[in-house]
Amino acid sequence: MSVLLGLACLGALVFIPLLIGVVIYNGLVSLRNRVENAWAQIDVQLKRRHDLIPNLVETVKGYAAHEKETLDAVIQARSAAMAGEASGSPAQSAQAEGVLTGALKSLFALSESYPDLKANQNFLQLQEELTSTEDRIAYSRQFYNDEVRKFNTKIQTVPSNIIAGIGNFKVKEYFEVPEGEKDVVDVKFD
Amino acid sequence: MYEQIASNKRRTFVVLFCFIVLIALAGTAFNYVIGYGVAGVIVAIAIAISMSFFSYFYSDKVALMASRAVPADEVQYKRFHNLVEGLCIASGLPKPRLYVVQDSSPNAFATGRNPEHAAIAVTTGLLEIMNRVELEGVIAHELSHIKNYDILVSTIAVTAVGAITLLSDIGIRTAFWTGGRSRDNRDNSGLGSILALVGIAFLVLAPFAAMLMNFAVSRNREYLADATGVSLTRYPPGLISALEKLQDDKSVVHSATKATASMWIEQPLPGKEGGGQEKWLDKKFNTHPPLQDRIKRLKEM
Repeated sequence: MSVLLGLACLGALVFIPLLIGVVIYNGLVSLRNRVENAWAQIDVQLKRRHDLIPNLVETVKGYAAHEKETLDAVIQARSAAMAGEASGSPAQSAQAEGVLTGALKSLFALSESYPDLKANQNFLQLQEELTSTEDRIAYSRQFYNDEVRKFNTKIQTVPSNIIAGIGNFKVKEYFEVPEGEKDVVDVKFD
Repeated sequence: MYEQIASNKRRTFVVLFCFIVLIALAGTAFNYVIGYGVAGVIVAIAIAISMSFFSYFYSDKVALMASRAVPADEVQYKRFHNLVEGLCIASGLPKPRLYVVQDSSPNAFATGRNPEHAAIAVTTGLLEIMNRVELEGVIAHELSHIKNYDILVSTIAVTAVGAITLLSDIGIRTAFWTGGRSRDNRDNSGLGSILALVGIAFLVLAPFAAMLMNFAVSRNREYLADATGVSLTRYPPGLISALEKLQDDKSVVHSATKATASMWIEQPLPGKEGGGQEKWLDKKFNTHPPLQDRIKRLKEM
C-alpha cells in the first residue's frame, strides 16, 4: 500500500512539472507566432500604401502636371520603399518608408493650392485611403511592439524564462521609428 | 486588464444568476397576485432560464434593434469603417459589425457577447460633429469595451433589466386592476395576505433592483475604457476633445431607453437637477460618471 502511495507521489512529482513545462512552452510558441504575425501585418499595410500611390499620382497629374518635382519625388520614394522592402532589411525599409511619408505630405500640402483638385471626388477618396493607411501602418507597428513586449516579458520572467532557455527562445527587437520620420510635420485633419 | 476581463466574465454569471432569481421571484409574486399556484411558479422559473439563454445569444441584436441601429454602409461611411479597421489592427481585435443610428444627438455604444460577435453603433450626429481624431478617440473607447468584455455584461443587463421592468409593470397593473384576486380565495387568510404583501413588495422592488444592477456594472468601466482607448490611440487629446464636445451637447438620443442607457459612451437621457438627498440618489442611479471627471482623469494621464 505504502509502496503504491510512494510511487504515485513520485509519479506526480515528475509528471506535474512536466505538464507545467509543456503548457508554458506552448504559450511561448503561440506568443512568438503572434509577434511574427504582427510583423507580417506591417508589410501588408505598407504594400497597400504602395498600391494606392500610382492612382494618386495620376489624379494629381490631371490638375497639376507642372508640379513635376513633387510628383517625381513621390514616385521615386515609392520605388525606393519597394526596393527597401524587397531587400528584407527592416532598417532600410523603415528608412525608405520614412522618406515616402515625407514626400506624400508635401504632395498633400501642395494640393491645398488647387481648389479643383481638392474638390475632386477621386482625390478625396484617395486622400482618405492614404490617411487611414498611414494610421494602419502606425497602428500595426504599435501592435507589433506591444506583442514584442509581451513576448520579451514572458521569456525574461520566472518561471517561463527557464523553459525559454531550454527551448532557445530569443528576445525580439522592437520596431524603432527611423530618424527621418521622428520630426513629423503638423498635419491638419478634418 | 486581464483581471478586469476575468472579473467581467465572472460578473456576467452573477448578473445572469441574479436575473434568473429576480425573474423567478417577480414571476412568483406576479403569480401570487393573480393566483395560479405552483405550476405558475415553475413556468416563471422556466421562462427566466430560457430568457437568460436567449439574452446570452441574442441580446446584441435586441440592443441594436431597440436603438434602431442599421448596418453602416461601407461606401457612405468610409471614414468610420477605416478608423475602426485601423484601431482593430492596433488592438489585435477582429473587426466588429458597424451600425449607424439616425439621430442628431452625438453618442455611440458597443454590444455583443465576445470580440468575435461584437458590434459598434454610432449616431449620425456623432459622425457629423467629430473630426477624425475625435472620432478615433470615441471608437477606441468603444473597442476597449469590447476588449474588456464590458459589452457582455452590459448587453445582458440591458435584456435582463428590460424583461424585469416589463414583468413588474404588468404585475403592478394587474394587481391594481384586479385588486389582488388571491384575497378572494380566503384560504389561511393570515399567511395568504402576508405572501400577497411580499409579492407586491417584490413587484415594486424589482425595477429598483434592476436599476441598481444596471448601475453596478457600468460606472468604473467608463474610466477604464477611456484609459484603454487612449492606450490604443496613444493620443489623449483626441478623446478629451471628443468628450468636451459631448459635454457641450445637451441633446437626447431618442431611441435610448432606461434599459439601454448604460451602453452609450455618454448618458443618453436627460439627468435631473436637484439638491441634497435627491441629488445623491440621482447620482446613484446615473449610468455614467460625470464627463468632467472623465476629462480630468484623462488630462492627468
